[in-house]
Amino acid sequence: MDPKKIEEIEKQARQLRRDIIAMVGKSGSGHPGGSLSAADIMASLFFCEMNFSPENVKDPDRDRFVLSKGHAAPVLYAALANKGFFDKEWLNHLRQLHSPLQGHPDMRKVPGVEASTGSLGQGLSWAVGMALAGRMDHRDYRVYALLGDGELEEGMIWEAAMAAGHYHLDHLVAIVDYNGLQIDGKITDVMSSEPIAQKFMAFGWETIGILGNDVRQILEAFEKARQNKGRPTAIIAKTTKGKGVRFMEDRAEWHGKAPNAEEVQQAMQDLA
Amino acid sequence: MKKQATRDAYGQALVKLGEQHTDVVVLDADLSQSTKTALFAKAFPERFVNVGIAEQNMMGIAAGLAATGKVCFASSFAIFAVGRAFEIIRNSIAYPKLNVKICATHAGITVGEDGGSHQAIEDISLMRSVPNMTVVVPADGVSTEKAVQALYALDGPAYLRLGRASIPVLYADEKFDFTVGKGIELKDGQDLAVIACGGMVAPALEAAEALEKEGIHLSVVDMHTIKPIDEELILKLARRCGKILTVEEHSVIGGLGSAVAEVCSEKCPIPVKRIGIKDQFGQSGKPDDLLKEYGLTPEDILETARAFYREK
Repeated sequence: MDPKKIEEIEKQARQLRRDIIAMVGKSGSGHPGGSLSAADIMASLFFCEMNFSPENVKDPDRDRFVLSKGHAAPVLYAALANKGFFDKEWLNHLRQLHSPLQGHPDMRKVPGVEASTGSLGQGLSWAVGMALAGRMDHRDYRVYALLGDGELEEGMIWEAAMAAGHYHLDHLVAIVDYNGLQIDGKITDVMSSEPIAQKFMAFGWETIGILGNDVRQILEAFEKARQNKGRPTAIIAKTTKGKGVRFMEDRAEWHGKAPNAEEVQQAMQDLA
Repeated sequence: MKKQATRDAYGQALVKLGEQHTDVVVLDADLSQSTKTALFAKAFPERFVNVGIAEQNMMGIAAGLAATGKVCFASSFAIFAVGRAFEIIRNSIAYPKLNVKICATHAGITVGEDGGSHQAIEDISLMRSVPNMTVVVPADGVSTEKAVQALYALDGPAYLRLGRASIPVLYADEKFDFTVGKGIELKDGQDLAVIACGGMVAPALEAAEALEKEGIHLSVVDMHTIKPIDEELILKLARRCGKILTVEEHSVIGGLGSAVAEVCSEKCPIPVKRIGIKDQFGQSGKPDDLLKEYGLTPEDILETARAFYREK
């Protein structure tokens, strides 16, 4: 793995984090914790792994991305803005009246958003549908879905997991942003979805366990997923919620709370 | 009289549609023999997705397929398609205005012996309340085929409500205009307007013809589209007849009767009476016996219409 490439993606991830804090701070509302935890995964997907850009946004052969954990909209908006899908100025209007940047992603309002999500548990089914369509049309695009770990408590996720295994969708990759926290506290206290990898395996998936805030490991996992034949891949990515902002790290209360002006300043120092 | 279940017409219409358009994909949740999507599955196995007994996943997969440009027809029994998967339909299909046509069979009490757990009487109400959703309830097999073609051509989500039981074929051939959002006037009369949908259109016509002999002249409308409702036609009938009776094999709460009453109360206040299931669950029984039990026979319609007409 080219160290320069990794450094470049890490730089992008830092930018995404700064954008997340600025956007949520300005809006006074939003979900910073689960956006920050996924920043390295998102930077790796959008700035390396996926064949997806403003130039090919309508190309039927483009790779597809579904943010199943739709409340992490800020990280998706930041990635799309930095990739040039829309004017970065839009980020100043997150969650405001008439803004295209809704609290949860709306595919009809934002270029580059491929699925309207937000109600948890539904995105993996979308991804299965997209993967099936690719097979029907003999296209070789890949489909990526980013899932939350708390989201795995939704039963529909496992309906989709069963279908992906049944249909041998080896061009489908689910990444679980395993930050260990949900709104009401630790996942292990609220409702443990462990053992996660074994569950996916039982449904016919290949699984890869990585540290999800480590770009090298993320890219290697994507590379490995491309080698899997006949089975979809689940990447269980252990992350830290609020990653990069010390006072937010591993704290459930930052799931859906916006930092105030002082906190934004403090966070930006961490992300400099 | 020739009879056909709308689900049978649906199955055949899908095959025709599949021959005409390569972007048609059909989904089912382990009920393809009953919903008749099995006909499409046999003709186009590569464009058929059986998701197993997982209606929520079916709607999510349909959303994903539609997001890539497919036109999806997703089928199950109404109680599962709409009831089980409601929020997925709402958020993953209607909210992004995707081309998924939810075609649910076994709606209403004429499901019969399976009983109340399987008899959807709330589905029109649920689907009608969702933005972007079109709701169509065809009155026979011939119009079912027309509806399938029309909903394919319509950009966006739709709910097509179909039945299990065989019902009379109302339209002799395909030479009639079926436009989504436009009710069909089957009989002209000045005394009272009967607006019906689905399997209740034929009994409403029968009642109207019987009342003719008593000198009571009813208008009868096949209101196949519940949403968008044909306001123009409702207001025309309201002004012409002064009273409207609605008939549906669905709860009186939130369905056709409610839609008609909403239009009348806001734009032309006249008495509206609703025949339907009176806020109660169904039960096991033969379809015809259930229609009697719940007051949905031609005789029931006739008696209510006559009394309503005579009311001062």
